Amino acid sequence: MQLVCPAGSLPALKAAVRQGADAVYTGFRDDTNARHFAGLNFTDKQLEAGLELIRQQGRKLFIAVNTYALPDGWARWQRAVDRAADLGADALIAADPGILAYASRRHPRLPLHLSVQGSATNAAALRFYHEQYGIARTVLPRVLSLAQVRQVAASSPVPVEVFAFGSLCIMAEGRCHLSSYVTGQSPNLCGVCSPASAVRWSDEEDGLTSRLNDVLIDRYQAGEAAGYPTLCKGRFMVHGKRFHALEEPTSLNTMELIPQLSEIGVVAVKIEGRQRSPAYVEQVVGVWRKALDSYRRDPHNFAVEPAWNQVLGNVSEGSQTTLGAYHRAWQ
Amino acid sequence: MKLTLGPVLFYWQRQSIMDFYADMAQQPLDVIYMGETVCSKRRALSLDDWTGLAREVREASGAEVVLSGLTLIEAASELGVLRRLCENGEIKVEANDMAAVQFLTAQGVEFVGGPALNIYNAFTLEELVRRGMSRWVPPVECSADLLSALMQQAREHDIRLPEIEVFAWGHLPLAYSARCFTARAENLAKDDCGFICQNYPDGIPMTTQEGQVLFTLNGIQTMSGGVSNLLAEYPRMQAMGIDALRLSPRSTDMADIVQQFDQVRRGGTPPLALDGCNGYWHGQPGMLTVEEVGLC
Repeated sequence: MQLVCPAGSLPALKAAVRQGADAVYTGFRDDTNARHFAGLNFTDKQLEAGLELIRQQGRKLFIAVNTYALPDGWARWQRAVDRAADLGADALIAADPGILAYASRRHPRLPLHLSVQGSATNAAALRFYHEQYGIARTVLPRVLSLAQVRQVAASSPVPVEVFAFGSLCIMAEGRCHLSSYVTGQSPNLCGVCSPASAVRWSDEEDGLTSRLNDVLIDRYQAGEAAGYPTLCKGRFMVHGKRFHALEEPTSLNTMELIPQLSEIGVVAVKIEGRQRSPAYVEQVVGVWRKALDSYRRDPHNFAVEPAWNQVLGNVSEGSQTTLGAYHRAWQ
Repeated sequence: MKLTLGPVLFYWQRQSIMDFYADMAQQPLDVIYMGETVCSKRRALSLDDWTGLAREVREASGAEVVLSGLTLIEAASELGVLRRLCENGEIKVEANDMAAVQFLTAQGVEFVGGPALNIYNAFTLEELVRRGMSRWVPPVECSADLLSALMQQAREHDIRLPEIEVFAWGHLPLAYSARCFTARAENLAKDDCGFICQNYPDGIPMTTQEGQVLFTLNGIQTMSGGVSNLLAEYPRMQAMGIDALRLSPRSTDMADIVQQFDQVRRGGTPPLALDGCNGYWHGQPGMLTVEEVGLC
């Protein structure tokens, strides 16, 4: 299985390559990709430098243009596709059918990967994108159980890539408007979720409080670990009870599923986190490389080493990890 | 403008569903959408039951009936049911996933594109229109300005517009998950949910720790806390060339809502402003009321 790693900056890209990423995915410095965060992503020059390194090392570069194009921004999305093609990216990761149509007509030799933001969770939807736009791969949303991933992989017209590690979207990607409902900015249109510009921390009488556009996301007692106020991971009230009504602060970690994913025929595992630091990329990619190599050497005796889990636990939200939807009981 | 009744997003008892549509068949509605769009485990009515009911409602009301397909498809069995729905050969279908678009395109039939399809610009719209999408319900996060810009973009590029139907009343469907939040709130496993969502015919309110109503939990679907109500925007929508307004069912007094919209449609004065989560339409966070947006 190919190890596909995030890079929100040139140092992160270098770290990923150094630690053994088979492919690195990046985005341009605007709202054409789903990690449109301040200070993140690549200028043309940085991307050229990154690409040179990737070519030297025999790795792959995927470029994400995976938000949905706005009517008055169409030219910007078009330009992003053209730049990805001109740079010689090994694949364009896109979600918007209009963008996929443009890319497939204008740059027929540019391989297309359907972004997780395309929300394709089944073989029929994948046939649509394959027949119409010739997608060569898809990234499955984090909503399928392992048995369902198996079904989709078996009947899909294209190879599938799945999320292996990182932030856990608990809603089907591309089908979540929670962020725009509260902040006005959505993953689909702005490439952000629960944006930092809307976050406010304050010490209040009842404890440390996190708010998103003034909406109370969580409140912490002294000594309680406080996490980034992602909307779906706050503590809310239902039936008069306070709890993580949607999900707890936790990260996805599928390392123990490497044998099953491989046996299912998954072609690539993806590390989430273009918004994370080069040090994060360095650590996470490093242990995933070790794990995949260990599996390749001796598939029948694969076991996750405690040291790897410790590294992953340390960089996880709330120091917790979960198998998420892959494990039916989570649902 | 046409008035349409969206599919029931909640899970109601079979008899409640029957009574509801008997009532709605008497209302001045042009299009009635029916079917399960949220959770495939909700089987108070089978696909055949829905089809039969749709025929009856069409007969009784004279309205166009449309069968709405499931939004988040996770299992092969769900895909099988969706395929049968799309191949019903008689009643128009609302596609809420590209799987339905694929099946309907293969049939060569016209279809409605539901709000869960991600269409935000005219070129994407064209991709669907030339495959048969004759009516389109934009994503609920689309503002009036975005829609106007899209319509303008279509005109500039000679892209044929389908009928445009705006989600004008009801809890906004915001997100879909593998996880059932209703079961989670009741401490039940999803696979052993006992159809607990039937106890909540208008969903479960979820508030912040300060009591602010934020979301409504409806099984695997998360909805807006309050309802959105765009009746005050009727004149603007008419001027923009919007073709239809979708009213999303609630369990009580739905006829009153239909009547309010119909009165304005027949020349009654629209209200100046209304409470409701109407921010999206004004290009603001969806949760905001017009007062909070600063429009009144």
